Amino acid sequence: MSAETLNRIRLTVNGVDHDLDVPDRKLLSDVLRQDLELTGTHVGCEHGVCGACTVQFDGVPVRSCLVFAASAQGHEVTTVEGIGNDPEHPSPVQQAFIDCHGLQCGFCTPGFITTIDAFIKDNPHPTEEESREVVSGNLCRCTGYQNIVKAVQRAAELQEQDKALAAGSSAPSGSGGCCGGGCCGEGSAE
Amino acid sequence: MTTRMFGQKIKRREDPRLVTGNGRYVDDLGAGALVAAFVRSPHAHASIVDIDVTDAIDVDGVVAIWTHEDLPGDAAERLPMLLPHPSIVNPMTGYALARDHVNFVGEPVAMVVAENRYIAEDAAGRISVDYEFLPPVVGVDQARAAQTAVHEGIEDNVAAHYQQTVGDAPGAIASAPHSLELELEVSRSACMPMEGKGVVAKWNTEDGTLLLHSSTQTASGLRAAIAAKLGLPLTKVEVVAPDIGGGFGVKINHPWPEELACACAARALGTTVKWTEDRREHFVSSAHERGQIQEVHVGFDDEGRILGLDVKFWHDNGAYLPYGVIVPLNTSTHIMGPYDIANFNVEWWSLYTNCVIVTPYRGAGRVHATFMMERTMDAIADELGLDRAQVRLNNFVREFPHPMGVVMQDGAEGCLDSGDFLTSLDKLKALVGWDEFEDYRNRARAEGRHVGIGMGAYVESTGAGPYEGGHIEIESSGRVNVWTGLTTQGQAHATVFAQIVADELGVPIDTVHVTTGDTRKMPYSVGTWGSRGGVMAGNALHVTAKKVKAKALKIAGDLLEVSPEDLEIVDGTVQVKGDPSASMPLASVAVLSNPLRYAFDESAKQATQFAKPADPNTPPIKPGEEPGLEEQDYFSPLRSTVANGMHAAIVETDPETADITILKYCVVHDCGPMINPMVVEGQVHGGVAQGVGGALYEKMAYDADGQLLNASFMDFLMPFASEVPKVETDHLETPSPLNPLGIKGAGEAGAIPVVSVIASAIEDAEGFEIRSMPIDPSTLWELRRKHAAGAVPSLHRA
Amino acid sequence: MKPSPFTIHRPTSVEQTLELLSEFGAHGKIIAGGQSLVPVLNMRLAAPEHLIDITAVSGLSDIVVHDGDVEVGALVSHARLEHDERAHAAQPVLRAALKCVAHPAIRNRGTTVGSLAHADPNGEMPMILALTGGHVDVVSSRGTRSLEAAELNVGPLETCLESDELIVKAVFGGLAPGQSADFAELTRRTGDYALAGVGMVLSADPDTGELTGLRAGFVSVTDLPDILDLGGVVAGTQRAEAAALVPTIAQAVEEFVDPVGDIHATADYRRHLAGVMAGRVFTGLISGAVPGRETEEAA
Repeated sequence: MSAETLNRIRLTVNGVDHDLDVPDRKLLSDVLRQDLELTGTHVGCEHGVCGACTVQFDGVPVRSCLVFAASAQGHEVTTVEGIGNDPEHPSPVQQAFIDCHGLQCGFCTPGFITTIDAFIKDNPHPTEEESREVVSGNLCRCTGYQNIVKAVQRAAELQEQDKALAAGSSAPSGSGGCCGGGCCGEGSAE
Repeated sequence: MTTRMFGQKIKRREDPRLVTGNGRYVDDLGAGALVAAFVRSPHAHASIVDIDVTDAIDVDGVVAIWTHEDLPGDAAERLPMLLPHPSIVNPMTGYALARDHVNFVGEPVAMVVAENRYIAEDAAGRISVDYEFLPPVVGVDQARAAQTAVHEGIEDNVAAHYQQTVGDAPGAIASAPHSLELELEVSRSACMPMEGKGVVAKWNTEDGTLLLHSSTQTASGLRAAIAAKLGLPLTKVEVVAPDIGGGFGVKINHPWPEELACACAARALGTTVKWTEDRREHFVSSAHERGQIQEVHVGFDDEGRILGLDVKFWHDNGAYLPYGVIVPLNTSTHIMGPYDIANFNVEWWSLYTNCVIVTPYRGAGRVHATFMMERTMDAIADELGLDRAQVRLNNFVREFPHPMGVVMQDGAEGCLDSGDFLTSLDKLKALVGWDEFEDYRNRARAEGRHVGIGMGAYVESTGAGPYEGGHIEIESSGRVNVWTGLTTQGQAHATVFAQIVADELGVPIDTVHVTTGDTRKMPYSVGTWGSRGGVMAGNALHVTAKKVKAKALKIAGDLLEVSPEDLEIVDGTVQVKGDPSASMPLASVAVLSNPLRYAFDESAKQATQFAKPADPNTPPIKPGEEPGLEEQDYFSPLRSTVANGMHAAIVETDPETADITILKYCVVHDCGPMINPMVVEGQVHGGVAQGVGGALYEKMAYDADGQLLNASFMDFLMPFASEVPKVETDHLETPSPLNPLGIKGAGEAGAIPVVSVIASAIEDAEGFEIRSMPIDPSTLWELRRKHAAGAVPSLHRA
Repeated sequence: MKPSPFTIHRPTSVEQTLELLSEFGAHGKIIAGGQSLVPVLNMRLAAPEHLIDITAVSGLSDIVVHDGDVEVGALVSHARLEHDERAHAAQPVLRAALKCVAHPAIRNRGTTVGSLAHADPNGEMPMILALTGGHVDVVSSRGTRSLEAAELNVGPLETCLESDELIVKAVFGGLAPGQSADFAELTRRTGDYALAGVGMVLSADPDTGELTGLRAGFVSVTDLPDILDLGGVVAGTQRAEAAALVPTIAQAVEEFVDPVGDIHATADYRRHLAGVMAGRVFTGLISGAVPGRETEEAA
């Protein structure tokens, strides 16, 4: 039930097609959160600066608050849930944020994760400077970014380990990267 | 022996949920609820002549439109003055929806409740408000000049006026060998959490109860305020703080107009009404902080020891004073910092302006206090030609406890209870390379580069009372449920409190589950502010865990027929010390703690009435005992514990563009024993980043009409990763004698001295005084021109 | 911050787009990447009744290097153009400037032609079009026309485009033999609008190294993407001796620009900064550190 005209759109989100009836003016961020109940995408400014709502749009990071859902038809949208939705099995970037204490309140985190996930696919061995640069379009008010930059490098390292495992070879044991696996969470009991 | 969790860098237990999109923030709740949007004043100061909603009420999808006259009973009265204080001479708070007058751009005037936010905004845009303009008061200078008044009847715009005195400062300055006067200024900024405020107000028509989910820093405070405003029995109102996307102070004020208006509408409509603050609303209708003008008069001896310090400051508190004078009072009581000052006088005025209200922002007045003191320290050093670190050293408090001689924000006498400032300074100088800097400067100068070094020291009263509580329950499965009433905005409470409880109970940390900010289980609480979460709730849970443990050992002792003193709990098993063979799982103790009639599962059978022979002489629950392995206790300190730290920075200023780059940033921090050093470091990093924002980027720019010119992330320049330096940290852990864990607060520390430190370093690079912050390249370049023209004096050492 | 109601139309051809433009006139608005437009809509600073979303239109997504010039279709994102190696080889100032356009996530969605149509004097690309002597190809149901930068831009955020016209392509001039070009700006934060930005194309005799021409364009310090011809200052100077010209160039720039003060910087500071940035770009160009086009074959 709605008071305004709805139009049928077909969205491909996290690999699944959805037929939805939404007003033309509805932002992709709102459709993801409200119509698809994918509330991991957060809305922080609605003018494209903060980056909390960043999703992958045909594989590249885009602000979902600056795209109308109607315009997203025919494109592949991936949200943080599409990168990993299981707390027991986080993706490499998600695990890296845990390892490096890359989040505090967690509100901006999904936008960082979608951004970094796209980045390390193309840049499997980022330098510290590149790691800082890639997250310089997302605002975080809690962490001071230092551990997020670490998380970029840790994520790349975990991605390499996953690739090595998939290729059947043994994973490099805690070598390379920022911290050899322990990152800032050394001595972890978990 | 189980590894002690306290002091370990335990990875955060909240993270797996938050990184996988499974967080639940307030806007993630209330699917299908009606949604509110607000008509806000476009004028800084005006009378409301008429509100015409005719065009809006017919918009399809609109359910209700409220103005002040629709607010029922006490909800139509002024919002509460939360923190009465003797200094407040003219208390004034606003209404949930403006009545007769508006006093800042952004003040809520009308509320639209509609099917969704899009439609609510459509309707809000069609509500026509007729205003009669009044002259606005913008900024401290205008407020102080009092040519016009913000509020009728408060002609001098003074909300509060106060004086605190130790010894005889004017006398000591008059007889001092040297004296200086400084005029200083700090501009308005704001907390600016990534998640704005928000509320989901759910009225249950079946039992006449209200459940509020709010992005608040105080669930218990909000509950009491809403119940009082709606005239409801407290038991009919519950408040839950779900995951919160940052607070930094702004979410401690309560009730926000929107929280109250939505609660009223939910009850009236018999449904759920939700409001999610958007970014523009957050800029113009939440709260700001930091704006102050300061005057310092200081007398000192040849070694730079302060003999007398006499300061005045004028504080911009915005249009209303709902959160009282906590910010200026914190400034007032923290000026002396880590220094031993025998003669001190401070007089301050808190002033109304036609701008957004001012409530605490991380550091909460201490940023200003530190700015005053540290600018003064640098000025003294420069006047005498002494090393800036040496002047600080000459003034440090060296013996603890050190009574400060002033009453703090918690109503208790201020006292530096612990610390070691000499060691902290040594560590800081080593970390930043203080003594080697002149060589570096000379090398840089040879390359045509301008570099400077600066430092700043601070203290912070943390862990203020009155109290916090803990509630711990061990289920028959062995699961440990932990509740504390204060709320969480990213401080890792689910981890650090679990560490404390796991240590005391001797259970694996992954069996411990922490819930914060839910009045349904833990109604007695104060809130999360003032670096108090760890100190207050941490100690409350520590003492509660001791009680639960004592109960567990008593029950197990009865069963194992040993004295409780001879028992310990290791990895969730109660065992005889030195004889692990005589043991029982804590889960079994939990089962036996609750005598049962009904066996709901296998383990429960052990606790039923025929499971073991009954003692004919005692009832199943003995007098003075309670069923369940469950306890509640509280921690209430005598006074705040005072944390401290020192920061130093090296900056480079471009000789041509005046662009400012932080090359190195170092922090030495003393919050006592750290529960989780990883979390403390994270707090320091985040605080420094906010400090860097406050030093170089963030400033609320009001024009003369009271319009906020930069109400967006495009123009309010919160730093990105590219603007924040890497922070190098070192720690000192001097325990506080004021609580069982010996801890001091850490949440705000990182933010407090940064503005001072950066000012100190830029001044050092430029060779002339920096007296106003924040500073940007354009301002610095203009200062260079004034300096070149003789209007800004050179430093003596330049 | 939600937009007012509108209807989205998604044409798949230029012809359909032109029909919709003719039909809606001033009530219609083209949206491609929308990275400048959607914030304005979300803040309700504009409320068009019809949005014509051209992102599904075929034939507007190509980057072509033709006769040394770089042709950019209306749907080419900043990011694609930034990373296009052939475009970079033909005109390196494109990448230098595109790296300064907002943040990567914005560049992934925002289009270069869209920013030309937006005509923001704080934007980099309108100036780059002017600096490179480029033009845009415009179509409407009435016909086609080609507009140079100076014709296209008539005021801040204002172009000469009629409401039924669509820019289908922008053509940026490439470097001629002996030319090199670069761009630099100073921002408050990474990705912010520049306090002042300067782009330059330097011409030199490929054989003798003697400087023959210098053009400069500015961001955030002029209302329109006007080009300052500094050929008279540099002509006849040997590259090795050109550093001495920096103060003259800076002064000429300071006299040329006409900045406005705002909350981020005073007008005087911006003027000064434009001079400094001009000197720095010029210094980089004469040092040879910025790759230019040496010979005919290099393109």
